[in-house]
Amino acid sequence: MKPGLTRRGLIGRSVATAGGLAAVPLVTPAEAAIPAAPAPVRTPEMVDIVLQVNGRRLPLTIEPRVSLLDALREQAGLTGTKKGCDRGSCGACTVHVDGRRVNSCLTLAIRCQGRAVTTIEGLAEGDELHPVQAAFIRHDAFQCGYCTPGQIMAATALLDEGHAGSDAEIREYMAGNICRCGAYNHIVDAIRDVASQAAGKG
Amino acid sequence: MYDFTYQKPSSIADAVKLLAEPEAKALAGGQTFIPVLKQRLNKPSTLVDLAGLGLAGIKAEGDKITIGAMTTHGAIAASPEIKKAIPGLSMMAGWIGDTQVRHCGTMGGSLANNDPSACYPAAVLALNATIVTDKRRIGADEYFQGMFTTALATDELITSIEFALPVEKSAYEKFRNPASRYAMVGVFVAKSAAGVRVAVTGASQNGVFRHTEMEQALSGNWSPDAIAHIKTPPGGLNSDIHGSAEYRAHLITVMAKRAVAAAS
Repeated sequence: MKPGLTRRGLIGRSVATAGGLAAVPLVTPAEAAIPAAPAPVRTPEMVDIVLQVNGRRLPLTIEPRVSLLDALREQAGLTGTKKGCDRGSCGACTVHVDGRRVNSCLTLAIRCQGRAVTTIEGLAEGDELHPVQAAFIRHDAFQCGYCTPGQIMAATALLDEGHAGSDAEIREYMAGNICRCGAYNHIVDAIRDVASQAAGKG
Repeated sequence: MYDFTYQKPSSIADAVKLLAEPEAKALAGGQTFIPVLKQRLNKPSTLVDLAGLGLAGIKAEGDKITIGAMTTHGAIAASPEIKKAIPGLSMMAGWIGDTQVRHCGTMGGSLANNDPSACYPAAVLALNATIVTDKRRIGADEYFQGMFTTALATDELITSIEFALPVEKSAYEKFRNPASRYAMVGVFVAKSAAGVRVAVTGASQNGVFRHTEMEQALSGNWSPDAIAHIKTPPGGLNSDIHGSAEYRAHLITVMAKRAVAAAS
């Protein structure tokens, strides 16, 4: 995803178009780009691991108890993946490991060595949004947006798994992702849209 | 989460050796155990990762299906061999938790934990499966010994689970908690060389149990009507914010009837 297409950028833009508030920017440029946190002080428990995240090599020094979610957010600076419940119930932290969707909060980073991790930051092809990302915007499939990265990662996996046959099937196979704003109807619309586009092309 | 050291042995012998340490714990899929660690309900000195032991995989032979202990729910649900030979088990695996959980959680991990609301214990007990460990073979009737309690020794590892074929009929129905998706009551019905067996999970304070009255009724007449009159005494059943013991007792018959209908 290009820098101009971050969620914060989109919010800033929509606020600007709403009129009147543009003079009070919600996000300063300094906040928009989040640098990776400095490596924590090394303790004897720490181990060196190398992850493959969004096609890039990511060497990390972590304690074995660090979840993949915390490694991505706190050390790699990939804050697109969200921490919701941190206990596997909400799906906000969904990422793909070797092409399969998992809750990164229930995955130890140390177990992911040699496996391919894909996060929301890895979906777009350069400037072009992933079709599911574009459909979520088109269908207004979010309100606060906090669950959205997880919803999109689950939805792309669902489409690859071939579970978009009906609205009921989409709902069942999106059951691991909770949206407290209740954007479920629009989320289903977005996924159905992408599925039918893909079917039309096929 | 408390700190621990991490070990990923590459042989079962090494894993068992590591697990002999008093505070060592095995890590399978982690979908229950990682939340337990996060809540600081357990403080292992060493976490022994079982992912390097080659215990994942499904093997279908003439008279049995062997499922490796580290096989995920997702892999079990996707297996055409299991779907053909034991449709009830296939359906059960595809209905545990959600897709993210099914990609990580394992059959061996679930059985070693023996949560009283877990699904697999019902399938293993109803199908009279054999739990194969690094030391011995354990029949399903001996294996389950109450809530979170099994016949396993602390340094004993499940390596695989064997299901004898043919299975003439099998089905699983559960009333799932809408939030956690754990079984409030789950009933697995099976007809095989072991006879008719009905196993109930989620309902009892002592974990999974066989419903012998239903088994006898179904042995003579495999139909939902044959068990419609059977009432389960609510004594010893779970009673919590999700449902009273009386409600769960009622659900047992409802779920059992649905399962029998699905397997007819």
